[in-house]
Amino acid sequence: MKFAVTITLKNDVLDPQGKVVGQTLKNIGIKNLNSIRQGKFFEIDLDESDSNKGEKKVKEMCEKLLANQIIEDFQIKKI
Amino acid sequence: MKSSVIVFPGSNCDRDIAVALKKLQFKTSMIWHKETELPKSDLIVIPGGFSYGDYLRSGAIAAKSNILTEVISAGKKGSLILGICNGFQILIECGLLKGALLRNSGLKFISKDIQVKILSNKSKFFKKYKSGEILKLNIAHNEGNYFTNKEHLDELENNELIPIKYCDRNGSIDLKSNPNGSINNIAGIFNNKKNILGMMPHPERMSDKVLSSEDGLGLFLSLMN
Repeated sequence: MKFAVTITLKNDVLDPQGKVVGQTLKNIGIKNLNSIRQGKFFEIDLDESDSNKGEKKVKEMCEKLLANQIIEDFQIKKI
Repeated sequence: MKSSVIVFPGSNCDRDIAVALKKLQFKTSMIWHKETELPKSDLIVIPGGFSYGDYLRSGAIAAKSNILTEVISAGKKGSLILGICNGFQILIECGLLKGALLRNSGLKFISKDIQVKILSNKSKFFKKYKSGEILKLNIAHNEGNYFTNKEHLDELENNELIPIKYCDRNGSIDLKSNPNGSINNIAGIFNNKKNILGMMPHPERMSDKVLSSEDGLGLFLSLMN
């Protein structure tokens, strides 16, 4: 069973990389861009057939290592 | 005085700090991260560098290493712990210090000499300095932009838990003298009991006149009984 984890900086934490990427996109002519937040992506393959148990395990991974919850939020999706 | 310097793959200031400690007659052991026992030490140092290549987040992988379990338990019992640069990042990632170190606001790796002001000398780490003294130290980091929530920031400010802040040559602490965007110009913080210090500047790089300055030496002198 595979899961996708996306980690982004919390909204009240400044994301200078996202800002610069957004500014560059505007500079090269991309229109209607409101904002960009840059993050990290993990694809996790688990030996688990129960999706609830799998998601619980991935949540544990996020809390213990993958995300720093003081500054980051995480989202888990089954893929 | 016995000290232990923790060494990770990617540490690069471990020998510098060992030289500074040796100069002051500390008996120093270099402790590899895979060790599961820490020798009895009056001081534990987590040195600067790029442990595990800064993978995931600076300090995140080192914070889960074998020896850190020992360091955490020693810290909770009141042992003196000094984390410099990457060491500060590791102390935050392992939960001994609160807050976070974000990427520098200017998005550049900064390696230069800066000034810090001693805000309070009431601690085992800074007692040989005078409050208000300005030191020239060196910084070399990409993630030194200290951030914390309002509640913790007030706690730090109200309890003298911020021993040093970035300033200019005249001692003014403002946006201009802030190299990396750190909240309130914070260059280093203590835990509540003041036995654990995390700081971005490198005192060991200013511990001998040959290295251009001895401004960092006071920190090691303070730690001696």
